[in-house]
Amino acid sequence: MIVHAARRAIFIGLVAGIAGWHLSLVGLIPAFAQRRLVGDALTFSYALLVALLALAAYATGRRYPGAVQRIPWGILSALLSSLMLFLLALLVTHLNLRQILLNATPELARVLTFGGGASGAGLVRLLLIGLLAGLFAGGLSALPRPWGRVIVSAALMTLLLGLLRDVLGPLLPQVVTSFLYGTAGLSLAGALVTFLLAAVLFTLRWSLRAKAVTARATAAVPATLRQPVTQALLLLILASVPLWAGLFLSNVADFVGFYILMGLGLNLVLGFAGLLDLGYVAFFAVGAYTMAVLTSPEVGQRFTLDFWIALPIAIVTTVLAGLLVGLPVLRMRGDYLAIATLGFGEIVRLLVLSDWLKPYLGGAQGVTRIGRPSIASWRIDSPQEFYLLVLLSCLFAWFLSVRLRDSRLGRSWFAIREDEHVAQAMGINRVTAKLSAFAIGASFGGLSGALFASLVGSVVPASFSLLVSINVVAVLVLGGMGSLPGVVVGALALVGLPELLREFQEYRLLVYGIVLIAMMLFRPAGLLPERIHRRELEEAVEEAREIAPAEIATGRG
Amino acid sequence: MSLLELQRVHVHYGLIQALKGISLTVERGEIVTLLGANGAGKTSTLRAISGLVRPSAGRILLEGTDLTHRKPHEIVELGVGHVPEGRRIFPRLSVEDNLRLGAFTVHDRTEIARRQEYVFTLFPRLAERRKQPGGTLSGGEQQMLAIGRALMMQPRILLLDEPSMGLAPVLVESIFEVIQRLNRDGTTILLVEQNARMALEIAHRGYVLETGEIVLAGSAAELARDPRVQAAYLGAA
Repeated sequence: MIVHAARRAIFIGLVAGIAGWHLSLVGLIPAFAQRRLVGDALTFSYALLVALLALAAYATGRRYPGAVQRIPWGILSALLSSLMLFLLALLVTHLNLRQILLNATPELARVLTFGGGASGAGLVRLLLIGLLAGLFAGGLSALPRPWGRVIVSAALMTLLLGLLRDVLGPLLPQVVTSFLYGTAGLSLAGALVTFLLAAVLFTLRWSLRAKAVTARATAAVPATLRQPVTQALLLLILASVPLWAGLFLSNVADFVGFYILMGLGLNLVLGFAGLLDLGYVAFFAVGAYTMAVLTSPEVGQRFTLDFWIALPIAIVTTVLAGLLVGLPVLRMRGDYLAIATLGFGEIVRLLVLSDWLKPYLGGAQGVTRIGRPSIASWRIDSPQEFYLLVLLSCLFAWFLSVRLRDSRLGRSWFAIREDEHVAQAMGINRVTAKLSAFAIGASFGGLSGALFASLVGSVVPASFSLLVSINVVAVLVLGGMGSLPGVVVGALALVGLPELLREFQEYRLLVYGIVLIAMMLFRPAGLLPERIHRRELEEAVEEAREIAPAEIATGRG
Repeated sequence: MSLLELQRVHVHYGLIQALKGISLTVERGEIVTLLGANGAGKTSTLRAISGLVRPSAGRILLEGTDLTHRKPHEIVELGVGHVPEGRRIFPRLSVEDNLRLGAFTVHDRTEIARRQEYVFTLFPRLAERRKQPGGTLSGGEQQMLAIGRALMMQPRILLLDEPSMGLAPVLVESIFEVIQRLNRDGTTILLVEQNARMALEIAHRGYVLETGEIVLAGSAAELARDPRVQAAYLGAA
């Protein structure tokens, strides 16, 4: 019995150890050795390692009943992982593996042992930390209901605040900044205060929800007012971004906006109609290049158009491109459709790269001097000003998505997603339904591309790689297919965060992989899954019930 | 003029011939059943009528209108409701949304609501579960939903493909009761069924299919008495 119980703990400990090896050797862990989160000691690398150990202990612990079993088994697997990490530290110190494994440096050994080095001291240090992490994680799972969650949330909050020092520092008032942050990362006092504040906040939130105080508090405001008020507040905050965000943050916000637009567009195709389009970047490219060719004096025609004239043309062009993709793939489904659309994405990229079209599209050098919009004498030039344009576009796309979702067309997409044959048997015209999904979905991508081209001022073929399509699909998977708030959350997490954490750039795909696998395992429906909506039909049913109960009872109205 | 008339309809799937010149009629207000073993062509007949497969020869007429070369969604609008084999409801959509999709060709909202209410009086269970995703219903409830969904188009003729498949005997009874009630309320029904005994009990007339051909036709009572039918489909000695 005890052997059987130990097997699970050992297995998870070894798996976590292997994960640690992998993350170390690809360089993810040493990459963050200079990112100090709290004080001078706690770097992001160390936080990752501790998180890994704690995760191993937690994953082990939750398979056993009761704290008495959870804590020791958790500690066991955390210690095992620590041992594996130490083994790696030993290996990279004494063997020269750098020919094969670039990151197998003595520096890695130092990071892995929390500064102790591949010696007795390092081993003790690593085991001690493993023990603490195991104790901590085991203890958390043994704590009564909200406390574990509160502590973890508060700790994550603190780390996030430390991580975002360079972004938040300039935004906050001078007094707050100098108190919170040290030379790098949070100061110790700052970290402590943040942690406590966050803990209090999370506790409050939990207890409020538990006692339904919030329900009573919000009930004081009439229901008809509540939603518009929250929406107005949200809008106000969103619109105020250029006022407080600097150049860098505005730029990031713009890029998140481009991905939200693309995400909303692909959501119509993939989330609503269930058509897996892996070449969505094509529409982004068509929008961008149409804007480029029409407003830049460099290529093609001798005239240049104003941004505001070029924008609708770009959108119409992408709609046509959407139809062009849609027509040949009407009969395809699933993986065949994915491959065909993948091909289309590549075709567009190769076309803009080709020498053949170089006089018109600029070839590998791309097109520069793309026009910027102006309203009367106000030239929309900086990322801050551009942000408003992006925000407006996103709001428009959002509004359109909501209307489509609740429309007849939207329902026909859902039906096609669920069962194409039966959808036809319901009287849905497959051709119009699919083509409209492709065309409308494409138009959002075109809008995004046109804005992108204008903001950046130049387009090059390299910006329209397959990776963009994959990013957009990942945004949807993370947020939840078909869910509109999910698109926003997905774009913030997958586009916004990596922009803020520059060291991540290189490991973006690795992190995507981890995130996607974790999503499939733990939240297959996404972070904010689509729920089944309340339908406006309800009211109509009520009406009918009042009008003609007799008729209904006899069957034929 | 018959409500539905098939004239020497052939259907091919590639080289395989599923229907070899089927001719049959369904009159207004009837329940007509198609009997036959697996692969006899029962489902192919229904799929040909609703346009999901295109006949390679022959004609299909609905009150004299030629359906033969129409698209599935047009045939629905002309008044053919099809409850496919294996139910095939939309699993992730709510019961209500499933029903609304049934009324996709109807634009008048009060009319949709009225029909939905009719379906709910037929199947009170569905009313209880109106917000639930279709996939979470039990097999019997899903069959009710599939029938209800087809009723939302208020079809002139309802094609039912194996409504009893995979259901417990009690549920089969109640599904057949509903079919009879629908028929009394004025719906014409073409019923494909493996459970020949039940089908012949409620049907007015029937056809027996064997390897894509009609081998026997007659009133339900005649068929039930026919020794060949008894031997092959009713399990009598």
